[in-house]
Amino acid sequence: MSDIAIELRGIDKSFGLVHANKNIDLTVRKGTIHGIIGENGAGKSTLMSILYGFYQADRGDILIDGKKVTIKDPNAAIASGIGMVHQHFMLVENFTVLENVMLGAEGSQVLNASISRARLELKRLEHEYALEVNPDALIEELPVGLQQRVEILKALYRKADILILDEPTGVLTPPEADHLFRILGQLKEQGKTVIFITHKLREIMAITDEVSVMRRGEMVATRKTKETSVEELAELMVGRRVLLRVDKGEAHPGEVKLAVEGLTVRDSRGVTMVDNVSFNLRAGEIVGIAGVAGNGQSELLEAISGIRKAVSGKVLLGGAAIDVTGHADPAELRERGLAHVPEDRHHVGLVLKFEESENGILGYHRDKRYLNGAFLDMKAIKADAEEKIRKYDIRPPNPRLKTANFSGGNQQKIVLAREMERNPEVLIIGQPTRGVDVGAIEFIHKRIIEMRDQGKAVLLVSVELDEIRALSDRILVMFAGRIVGEREPDATEGELGLLMAGIEENREAAE
Amino acid sequence: MDLFQTIIAILESTIRVSVPLIFAALGGLFTERAGVFDISLEGKMLGAAFAAGAVAAVSGSVMAGLLAAILISVLLSLVHGYASITQRGSQIVSGVAINFVVAGSTVILGEAWFRQGGRTPALSGDARFQTVTLPFAEAVKDVPILGPIYSDLLSGHFILTYLAFAMVPFSWWVLYRTRFGLRLRAVGENPGAVDTAGISVIWLRYRAVICAGILCGFAGAYLSLAMSAGFVKGMTAGKGYIALAALIFAKWRPLNIMLACLLFGFLDALAIRLQGNPLPLIGQVPVQLMQALPYILTVILLAGFIGKAIPPKAGGIPYVKER
Repeated sequence: MSDIAIELRGIDKSFGLVHANKNIDLTVRKGTIHGIIGENGAGKSTLMSILYGFYQADRGDILIDGKKVTIKDPNAAIASGIGMVHQHFMLVENFTVLENVMLGAEGSQVLNASISRARLELKRLEHEYALEVNPDALIEELPVGLQQRVEILKALYRKADILILDEPTGVLTPPEADHLFRILGQLKEQGKTVIFITHKLREIMAITDEVSVMRRGEMVATRKTKETSVEELAELMVGRRVLLRVDKGEAHPGEVKLAVEGLTVRDSRGVTMVDNVSFNLRAGEIVGIAGVAGNGQSELLEAISGIRKAVSGKVLLGGAAIDVTGHADPAELRERGLAHVPEDRHHVGLVLKFEESENGILGYHRDKRYLNGAFLDMKAIKADAEEKIRKYDIRPPNPRLKTANFSGGNQQKIVLAREMERNPEVLIIGQPTRGVDVGAIEFIHKRIIEMRDQGKAVLLVSVELDEIRALSDRILVMFAGRIVGEREPDATEGELGLLMAGIEENREAAE
Repeated sequence: MDLFQTIIAILESTIRVSVPLIFAALGGLFTERAGVFDISLEGKMLGAAFAAGAVAAVSGSVMAGLLAAILISVLLSLVHGYASITQRGSQIVSGVAINFVVAGSTVILGEAWFRQGGRTPALSGDARFQTVTLPFAEAVKDVPILGPIYSDLLSGHFILTYLAFAMVPFSWWVLYRTRFGLRLRAVGENPGAVDTAGISVIWLRYRAVICAGILCGFAGAYLSLAMSAGFVKGMTAGKGYIALAALIFAKWRPLNIMLACLLFGFLDALAIRLQGNPLPLIGQVPVQLMQALPYILTVILLAGFIGKAIPPKAGGIPYVKER
């Protein structure tokens, strides 16, 4: 018997142009809690989905207990002793706990016998792992912490020896998370192997024995948790990248264009994502917001641009208030000179099934320039599109082409052209170069700096620290929904990394 | 006793018209509980009625007619399944398309084969279902009250009628007491849960639409081989939609479905009875109003006046595994 539960060798997976997993090697020891950490989009979930049979790897081998296995579907994964607790629970809400646990592992065609068998087994599991939950309760009536417990029970009921938890604390309150950690410790004592996926360093340090770091689809390092530090992990996660050269002159900040005061935003689950955030944005400067993805940057952008309602706080655009806690109307904000390049261009920024020229006017389609009475002025729209295509070097230069057929970089240029060409006073940009090729990155960066030099106020959110450092005139660091520090662009990567990991937070607060 | 006779007669015809509704609504129950909306109940029933009429007329065998009905109805279900499960198309569009294709093609084929204006030849003898007289029906006929209820109301129906009512508890048992039923209900609520449990969502949903095909086959055969003696064009006359309304009205539960179908059947029977006869106190009731009542009741229900009708959560959404 080897002491290795899972070994992955050279796992490779691409989705179209996105190379989600690049030649991944991973060794997980039996009876340990193995953390996998990385930023959102680093490829952690894809790797685990391959392990659970949701996807097939393009290349590479999976070895369980030293034996090579093919996992072609979740059934095969279950048969190999792998259980998974998904980030979004895979539970039937109007079923009881017992029915959910049984589903797919009922045993016999007629339920009566299996129900009593499942009830007994569930009792035993509850007892063995201290996972109490009423088997007859409906899932929809249980708090999320208990629902997660049902997911764990489901895996144990299927005799899983290896348990994968995908971002399990995302939906939990801190006490619930602590309880989960105790459960995981118990599972480890009983000899189970746990793979714990997260982007939170604190959790890794708290419960794992070993930790592997993923970055941009690659497995960059594996460390014993005892022998590493938060600092090292933060650096590995964010990575030292070749610094992008951006030529820019001195900034000449003018009057305040956007003032945010005490803004608090909650997400749909009621979790506070932006916590009492205040800052000013002046004409002629670029303010960068750095942070590990998921620390409230997205919600901050959404609240300012009127997509998401804030709980409290004030936002002033050019001195006049935006009704961020009520009905801020994105169309009205555009008219008032606020342009927004959303983080997620596929779902928010573009309609992929539309033609390029149609996306070029989205949100501005009520503008008189594009209208001919009650109808759209197709000629004007086409001329407008051609102008932008030329100016932004969008390729292929075809305004009639479906937007889905453009590359990521060109899609982003379509959004940028639409928002920048309206000559806004304030431009807020989320992840300007995510999934964009190197050539387009340079172009986009140049345009952003041109906007600044024309005296526009630019708010930039990016998880790419290099980008933030290269473009910003001031850097604000967000952690856990709060702005934990402000730095000059010449701050070192290490310094920013510590802030982003929330380590400097206490010192900062004490100052 | 005249009023009593009238009531018995109305209830007897209530049962008669409820049978196809019960079969079709139970069929819809299986697909919709599995997360596939099925507006093609009407088309499946009509196609089955035609197949039953045509095959029974040619072969002279009622059983051959019944089998043909089930076969055609299952085939139409598979078309619906292919479009909406495998190809992830719109379930509504697929269903409507089936209804139109069947409505047209039954007439064309009927005319081409039999040249009777879209009808199939009139059936008699072994080519048609015969009524079943329950034991002792003659003997107890003269017992007051209970006698007529047993021998006129409950006895003397077709075997398919008794089958329809037997299907109600049987469907309940399948849905709530078998592994298949548990999985079927789960796939209509959260297909992701089923998929991660290692069960094929696609195959499960296909089995659900096949169940609907079989049940609609019975409904169609009942129309052309039992209730009538042959197929007449458009003979379902919206019964598939009424069944769908009953399914929603019953909040997707088997016993409720039977009650809803009986209620809608009763309204239908009453409408026929009242044609031309004024109601005491109310006066003349337009027959159209009676015919519209099932839909009106369903709309009132959906508007939230009679409890809440919560459809299966994953209903109408094709399952896409890729995230």
